[in-house]
Amino acid sequence: MLNTLALIFIAIGLFFMVVGAVGLIRLPDFYTRAHASGKCDTLGEGMMLVGFILFEGMTLIAVKLLLLVIFIFITSPTAVHSLVNVAHSRNIAPWKKGEERQ
Amino acid sequence: MNDIFLASAIILILTIFLCLYRVLYGPGVENRLIAVNTVGTKTIILLVIIGFLYERPIFMDISIVYAMINFIATLAIAKYLRRGCIC
Repeated sequence: MLNTLALIFIAIGLFFMVVGAVGLIRLPDFYTRAHASGKCDTLGEGMMLVGFILFEGMTLIAVKLLLLVIFIFITSPTAVHSLVNVAHSRNIAPWKKGEERQ
Repeated sequence: MNDIFLASAIILILTIFLCLYRVLYGPGVENRLIAVNTVGTKTIILLVIIGFLYERPIFMDISIVYAMINFIATLAIAKYLRRGCIC
């Protein structure tokens, strides 16, 4: 029962990871790429780690993985936010409809 | 369950190769940086899967340290790009 739940969580996390990578290639602009990478990666990683916690049970490893989930949910959006801030301060123009893909 | 971990590790490695395209051809520094950040996030999961596959719990500690290093490296490079020096 718990293993099945863990499997479902791992599958959803893998789906989000693949979607984030495809968005990183396909989207036309730096800001849209940051949108795809930042959100999909954070959620996918959290889902996969929660799946591993359910598979492991109540041990010390599960506590370490829970700490890793909390740490990543704080730091990963912060890193992407700082990168977008840098791009905005260096005057990188956003993509408009009809322009060439960057 | 081991086969499922192995399959998810292989899918993760394929997505890392998808991100490496953006590292190679992305225009400008920012695109490359965000792709490197994504590769680092996927590497954390890969380290946890390796720890489960070989039954070595020490890999969880390595993945925690890797997450910290990834965060600090991204922030340091962003600060360098904005100010021209790390200070």
